[in-house]
Amino acid sequence: MKEYAYFPGCSLEKMAVSYHLSALETTKKLGIKLKELEDWNCCGATTYFYIDELLAYTLCARNLAIAEKTGLDVVAPCSACYKNMYFTAAHLKKDADLAEHVNFALEEDNLQYNGNVNIKHLIEVFAQDVSAEEIKSKVTRPLEGIRVAPYYGCQIVRPQKEKEDVEQPQFFEGILSAIGATPVNYPLKMRCCGGSLIISSRTAALAMVRNLLQSAVDSQATVIATACPMCQVNLECYQQQVNQEFGTNFSFPVLYFTQLIGLAFGIPPKKLGIGKEFVSIAPSLLRAGQSKD
Amino acid sequence: MTDTISFSQEVSNLLYAAEGEPLRTCIQCGTCSGTCPVAGYMDYTPRQIIALINAGNKEQVLESNTFWYCASCYHCTVRCPQKINITELMYALKRYSIWKGQHKEGLIGPTFSEAFVKMIVRGGRSFEPVLAPSYIFSLNLREMLQEVTNATELLLKGRLPVLPARIKRIDSFKRMIGRIIPMGGLE
Repeated sequence: MKEYAYFPGCSLEKMAVSYHLSALETTKKLGIKLKELEDWNCCGATTYFYIDELLAYTLCARNLAIAEKTGLDVVAPCSACYKNMYFTAAHLKKDADLAEHVNFALEEDNLQYNGNVNIKHLIEVFAQDVSAEEIKSKVTRPLEGIRVAPYYGCQIVRPQKEKEDVEQPQFFEGILSAIGATPVNYPLKMRCCGGSLIISSRTAALAMVRNLLQSAVDSQATVIATACPMCQVNLECYQQQVNQEFGTNFSFPVLYFTQLIGLAFGIPPKKLGIGKEFVSIAPSLLRAGQSKD
Repeated sequence: MTDTISFSQEVSNLLYAAEGEPLRTCIQCGTCSGTCPVAGYMDYTPRQIIALINAGNKEQVLESNTFWYCASCYHCTVRCPQKINITELMYALKRYSIWKGQHKEGLIGPTFSEAFVKMIVRGGRSFEPVLAPSYIFSLNLREMLQEVTNATELLLKGRLPVLPARIKRIDSFKRMIGRIIPMGGLE
């Protein structure tokens, strides 16, 4: 059984609890164990870096140090947590001076970080660590005929880490194909949902959300699949506001990719947190999931 | 102490691990502005901000909403032909303007960020309800009502925490932070 140290992040405790539930259910089906990090703290999203860099790295390093003790790779389902942990680890590895400062602070919590943790986004576990064949082998209710917009968003693929494709990646589409769904050509799949601008610069963020929803409609998708709690909340929970602002009439379901995988695996919808959406998913999606029963 | 350091040098010093003055390598091609999903809402586009910094127009830069409107999507950064980390630049300007207490009036970003960090320093985890006062009164009436509607719906769907989450080792966590920043400023 593969095992990972799991860093859920604050959103998955409540706001994105369906992501948490579906992540645990689907990985379990694949023989993967996600072991929650003990006493983890908030990754800071973007705000730590607005205030103080050293503080930001220290707060992220605390989680890395806790993870290092387990000897496991860390998995983060939230793109902001992932980006922060990934780049903190990368900086600490090559910058001994930064590491010394951070470790001086970590001492107070009886921790030390030695630079030996690998960080993965949850979607990378499904795209890289598990083969498409393994995913296919667990599918009992293929999502045939379901057109899904694969929404990558920002911080899974950006900033660039090595030489990976940051313009037209295809790994999300690969996962959707493996569960029998049809990944549509979604031209705005790499564009930003607005992130925290939904609080701080609402007009701008609502326009960004509108564009993403319109692009999904134009792609004739049935549902948008996301891999980030912030993207999910912005795209789903602010549709009424978008409609008021722009006179549109969106009512477009937005699910976590793990919820779609779970449906294809035949996991009962309730166990995947389905039912907590603002916009109910199309009955066809649930029906498609039952066609092979 | 010399006071001859240019604004451009000052900003470069704020960029993590920046060597030299990366902004000086900007060729003003505008790829960043063309890529930025928020450029249309900024007082100056990212390309213009870099030009203003290089020209030493500090006041104009600090008085603009540009960097507070950056959503950290890194789209400009992956496309810049000169490999300037423009997103990192926007972070640096945010920090600079917070330290100096100098930013455009009416922005939610600075107050919200400070409230967020204070919340983490106290409890170690995010608890959305305590953040509301930092921005709700800056919204217009319609936005305020929308926010209340959303919060209610989230609560009904079991997606809003009722009790604040807290890490267990909060005391040593606070001492850890105390080694980085004087706690007086944040408590």
